[in-house]
Amino acid sequence: MSPSLVVFGAFVVYPFAKNIWLGLYRTPPFPGLPKRYAAYEQYQQILTSPEFVASLRTTALFLLMTVPTGLALGLLLAVAAHQRLRGITVYRTIFSSTVATSIAVAAVIFFTLLNPQVGLLTYWLGREGQPSVLDDPQWALVAVAGVTVWQNLGLSFILMSAGLQAVPDDLLEAAEVDGAGPWSRLWNVTLPMLSPTLFFSAVVGGILSLQAFGQIDLLTGGGPLKKTNVLVYAMYDAVFRQNNEGKAAVLSIALFGLTLVLTLIQIRLLERRVSYER
Amino acid sequence: MSGDPVGADAESSDPSGVDASSADPAGVDAVRADPGARPEAPRRNRHRARRRLLLAGRYLLLTALALVIGFPIYITVVNSLLQPEQIASRPPTLFPTDPDWSSYSTAWNQGNLGRYLLNSFVVTTVIVVGQVVTSVLAAYAFAFLEFPFRRALFVFFLATMMVPFEVTFFTNQATIVELGWYDTYLALTVPFLATGFGAFLIRQSFLALPPQLRDAAELDGVGHWRFLTRVAVPLARPGIAALALFSFFGAFNQYLWPLIVTRDERLRTVQIGLRFLRNTQVDQINVTFAGTVLAALPLFVLLILFQKQLVRGLTAGAVKG
Repeated sequence: MSPSLVVFGAFVVYPFAKNIWLGLYRTPPFPGLPKRYAAYEQYQQILTSPEFVASLRTTALFLLMTVPTGLALGLLLAVAAHQRLRGITVYRTIFSSTVATSIAVAAVIFFTLLNPQVGLLTYWLGREGQPSVLDDPQWALVAVAGVTVWQNLGLSFILMSAGLQAVPDDLLEAAEVDGAGPWSRLWNVTLPMLSPTLFFSAVVGGILSLQAFGQIDLLTGGGPLKKTNVLVYAMYDAVFRQNNEGKAAVLSIALFGLTLVLTLIQIRLLERRVSYER
Repeated sequence: MSGDPVGADAESSDPSGVDASSADPAGVDAVRADPGARPEAPRRNRHRARRRLLLAGRYLLLTALALVIGFPIYITVVNSLLQPEQIASRPPTLFPTDPDWSSYSTAWNQGNLGRYLLNSFVVTTVIVVGQVVTSVLAAYAFAFLEFPFRRALFVFFLATMMVPFEVTFFTNQATIVELGWYDTYLALTVPFLATGFGAFLIRQSFLALPPQLRDAAELDGVGHWRFLTRVAVPLARPGIAALALFSFFGAFNQYLWPLIVTRDERLRTVQIGLRFLRNTQVDQINVTFAGTVLAALPLFVLLILFQKQLVRGLTAGAVKG
């Protein structure tokens, strides 16, 4: 166990404590100058700045665009594949296939398909000769969210399928005997039985979408006009482009707070489900 | 199953003896032409036609969904086999009539994909082995040993899951620089050698073993180490396999961390390699597609070989709790 503790100490506890501390100091404009203690002032200033509010808004929009869509599509696929048909395993494999694409693979596939000169999607969207969707302030975030939804679809499908398998068949058969049609069975039996899985996937999806970075870096670089500048990307920008560790530290604590809220909800849900089962 | 009741009834009480599950349309004609059919036969036929329509509808829906989801991957493979001019031609070429595999060797050699994949495999293997070993040891201690602060330490292990790596990445990068590990394999692996999730998952597997096992082993004078390696680990194999696959996927797909702790091309992992491949010129765009296929291939192979274990690993957190 002690190796684990060393790793946790060096790469979880220490940096976390250091981030809180860094947030209290202003990073000097030139390296080498001493840091200036600013107490909570820096937290206050950054957390109320228009830049932070915009980034928070982008993060929230991204979450809203990816999580509900991902759940709904995953559920659709799971319901469609939850039947005994010849060749169903082939469909199941295709539906879960995007689990095997990393975010970088997914981003590069779509980056190339959206190439303004030769991209197939550019052609189908009728945007040839125009700037790429990824450079369009109105559509960039939607495009990034779309790629993310596609990449997460496999995982979403797998989670929903596992949830569906846990719905007892005799319950559905009983509903059928009582004259419930397929829609009514889905709406009144399957979905309520599935609600723990749905909630849980929503929270996990929310946490994952707060942490989005790769697709932003590969597709848009935070632009255009900072329209895709989600929190993690803003931190990356603050450290590696603006050399402002203090600012990044404040942002990191904000990200931690948001994640914590979702994690606590997740633990609540877990506890409640455990007590259900007993 | 959610199969429709009409179809199931018609199938089980079908008197004509024609295999109801066969998709052969001749079956319908055969029944119609059957002179010995009973009077209810026309109704049955209507049912059967309806069932067939429903079945066709289901396949249609499934196929449409599969096409939409599979299309980006399909077209990536197709484009990797086309000449750049063919990729740019309109209407688009959707099938490689004259596949050209040279893009793969270009990506492998000039694009350095071979080296990047090797790096990814080295880093991923070290992380997976490291995570499994530390998780098993920690889980064993939590499940079978008595020691002071056991509960507090377990809570601490769980609490580490609450600080996502995205919160601490830049401070960890500074630590790596201070340690002199920038541009080394150490930087790519050491921070991930322990995981609270893994310890938690394996502890669950250990706790599911019958407690009499350990008692019996103790009576026989079997030490902890032998019990761990001969009994506990073999019995917890499904859980360990799930963790190994889960961490393989996580480690192989890492993006942010390798991006900020390496600059040397010889240490570049395949995910970061894609970042550079992304910007190739239009006249080499087939190489970008080929490189993407090469980068995705290892996980596809794993997905097909170990679908069951992977699903188990992925759902461990979300469904079983």
